[in-house]
Amino acid sequence: MSQTVLLVGPFNRVEGDLEVKLTVEEGRVAAAHVNAPLYRGFEVMLAGKDPRDALTLVPRICGICSISQSAAAARALASAQGLVPSPDGEGMAALIHAVENACDHLTHFHLFFMPDFARGAYAGRAWHGRAVERFAAMSGTAARGAVAARAEVMHILGLMAGKWPHTLAIQPGGVTRTPTLRDRVRILATLRAFRGWMERDLFGGRLEDFAALSSVEALMRWRGGDVGLFLEIAADCGLDRLGQGAGRYLSFGAYPLPEGPVFARGLWEGGARGLDTSGIVEDLSHAWMQGEAAHPWAGETRPDEAMAAPGYSWCKAPRLEGKPWETGALARQVVDGHRLALELARSGGVLARVAGRLLELARLQGVMERLAEGIRPEARFLVDGPMPAEARGEGLVEAARGALGHWLRVERGRIAGYQIIAPTTWNFSPRDAAGVAGPLEAALEGVPVAEGEAVPVAVQHVVRSFDPCMVCTVH
Amino acid sequence: MNLLWLQAAGCGGCTMSLLCAETPDVFSLLEGAGIRVLWHPALSVETGAEALALLEAVERDEVALDILCVEGAIPRGPAGTGRFQMLAGTGRSMLDWAGSLARRARHVVAVGTCAAYGGVTSAGGNPSDAVGMQYEGAHRGGLLPAGFRAAGGLPVVNVAGCPTHPDWVTETLMMLAAGVLDEAGLDGLGRPRFYADHLVHHACPKNEFYEYKASARHLSDAGCLMENLGCVGTQAVGDCNIRPWNGGGSCTRGGYPCIACTAPEFEEPRHPFTETPKVAGIPVGLPSDMPKAWFMALASLSKAATPDRIAKNAVSDRIAVPPRLRVPRT
Repeated sequence: MSQTVLLVGPFNRVEGDLEVKLTVEEGRVAAAHVNAPLYRGFEVMLAGKDPRDALTLVPRICGICSISQSAAAARALASAQGLVPSPDGEGMAALIHAVENACDHLTHFHLFFMPDFARGAYAGRAWHGRAVERFAAMSGTAARGAVAARAEVMHILGLMAGKWPHTLAIQPGGVTRTPTLRDRVRILATLRAFRGWMERDLFGGRLEDFAALSSVEALMRWRGGDVGLFLEIAADCGLDRLGQGAGRYLSFGAYPLPEGPVFARGLWEGGARGLDTSGIVEDLSHAWMQGEAAHPWAGETRPDEAMAAPGYSWCKAPRLEGKPWETGALARQVVDGHRLALELARSGGVLARVAGRLLELARLQGVMERLAEGIRPEARFLVDGPMPAEARGEGLVEAARGALGHWLRVERGRIAGYQIIAPTTWNFSPRDAAGVAGPLEAALEGVPVAEGEAVPVAVQHVVRSFDPCMVCTVH
Repeated sequence: MNLLWLQAAGCGGCTMSLLCAETPDVFSLLEGAGIRVLWHPALSVETGAEALALLEAVERDEVALDILCVEGAIPRGPAGTGRFQMLAGTGRSMLDWAGSLARRARHVVAVGTCAAYGGVTSAGGNPSDAVGMQYEGAHRGGLLPAGFRAAGGLPVVNVAGCPTHPDWVTETLMMLAAGVLDEAGLDGLGRPRFYADHLVHHACPKNEFYEYKASARHLSDAGCLMENLGCVGTQAVGDCNIRPWNGGGSCTRGGYPCIACTAPEFEEPRHPFTETPKVAGIPVGLPSDMPKAWFMALASLSKAATPDRIAKNAVSDRIAVPPRLRVPRT
């Protein structure tokens, strides 16, 4: 049996640094090892600082999930303070966060994922010419259109968050800027323009019609816009069967509001159930990290400078109930019980992940519009409260690419422990002590590698379908 | 002109910010300026061996490298090996790659405060022993020596900011492409003067509050953020309020303080970011080019002269008292 090892890197069009080692047998991936090759040490930097400083530093872990990091830190601080945010501030924070997540979905689809279908490897396919015209890296008409639409809808962030990325607008008690009536109508105008672009170019149809799709069969008949082009490509390339996951999904619940999160919190494993974060453990057996497996309250970050085997990544391996879990837009929509997402989860491959993201984008527009219409300029948008000298707090949010958690311990008024588990820490985790592969590693097993393919294109689709963020992964 | 972009140890936020460039979008702008992107880790199609082949061709001088953009700081750890960031698939550290490619580039641009001075990547004891391209904090001499000059004659151009404004990057690149950026166009810390000759204070919408030192007490208050909430906009370089962000924003417009993210060592202010350090009730770190005694005298005078409207609005989360109506005399 012929066995070859392929080291794929720099694995680009993902956020941050990624290296994938593939063991190939008989034209298929027999084993995959995923390495996050950059360590910066944010959890170490934060130790000893004033807890409020987390709000300035943690967004800078990641330039694409910046607001997600802000929101997780704000929730962790509020939890430690026992502070209930202003309901209107919470609504505005949700709107700001939703804009980032919608923009991240656009960036992923247009700039990271789709350009691979413009590759010469697909020349001759019926759709290839259109894929080149719309999605060739940096020059495709859809890529340019999406970048312009993204920049415009981010005017909401300029208005309400000062700038993007790296805002200090999101605070434990709400947001720093009180919106005016003028801000509300301006935000709505920006959102209408965004809806117009999405319905014209991206979906080629009404967003509500797409969000109402309830079966994969109906989905595959959608022919509008660039989404239609993607679905045509997906059907032709069998993306439904490519890179299938284990069918275990995790969501921390997106956009917490006083009445509960907009998209539900929970687990899905053949059926939905509740989530208890006390069952989370970060395993260090295959990470270049010293110490014992621990819940993030007790976790530590001590890099193994010798980078000794069996470690092969700076990424720790989070497990819940002892198992790896997939997280992301698909997981969110599955846990939220959307019928199309539930049916997509039966295959759980590249098509499911990308379609789950598009489904969420179609639903997010309505969420953002409702949040904007609900802006009450007369309300208070920020409340304040003291930080106890001894406290601990948990901040759980959903970044575009999945569940993000911050666990903060305060002692003598200073940060004594700060542990972060990012979405891609879950998805791209290395093996654990039992040898169980992380979700991407498992999804890559069996993926075809053609003879002489140095950068197997099917592998690229699978890896990018997770929308990884490597700078968050290790932080 | 060929442009190669490396992402060292940072958050990728300067690229994300660059994508916010408008009228025209960043791709059209670069194309129009005659700048061809050889490879960008977030945007180019080439991956793995394809990308490596490009980098190696540059290293063998087979492809001219006109502009090297580096985003993110350069980790030297552990123990000087640079192994805290290995460029995936190459078995070599970013420390090694960035040094090698910088010596082949006509111009080297450090995009963002991490690449310029170390930035947030070097905060909190600097766990990865990260350094800027030509600076370590405020000290000259980083990955590249203090006296380094790229083949085009300029030291590393530090487009500092956390993140950088998209226009700071695109305008620097257009000036380099047009051959009109010379050393006189850079300030004493290597930053392009077209934005570094301004202060964040310029055109700050809180300026009327500043005039009277009518100060906010909480983050949502409308007043000036300098006295209590850590704002250093009067000392920080940047045209953030003259040429706002994302269609109209800035930190102070967003209701939170400027933390001088364009400056070396901003990541370690030695006090909480959102709290102004004081000695005997007086803020330390007053405007840098104003005699302290004059500042104190003017501040106490203007505080005493504060109109009721401004005093009330300063500690309100919205305009509580509008300007008095001026009725034309008939």
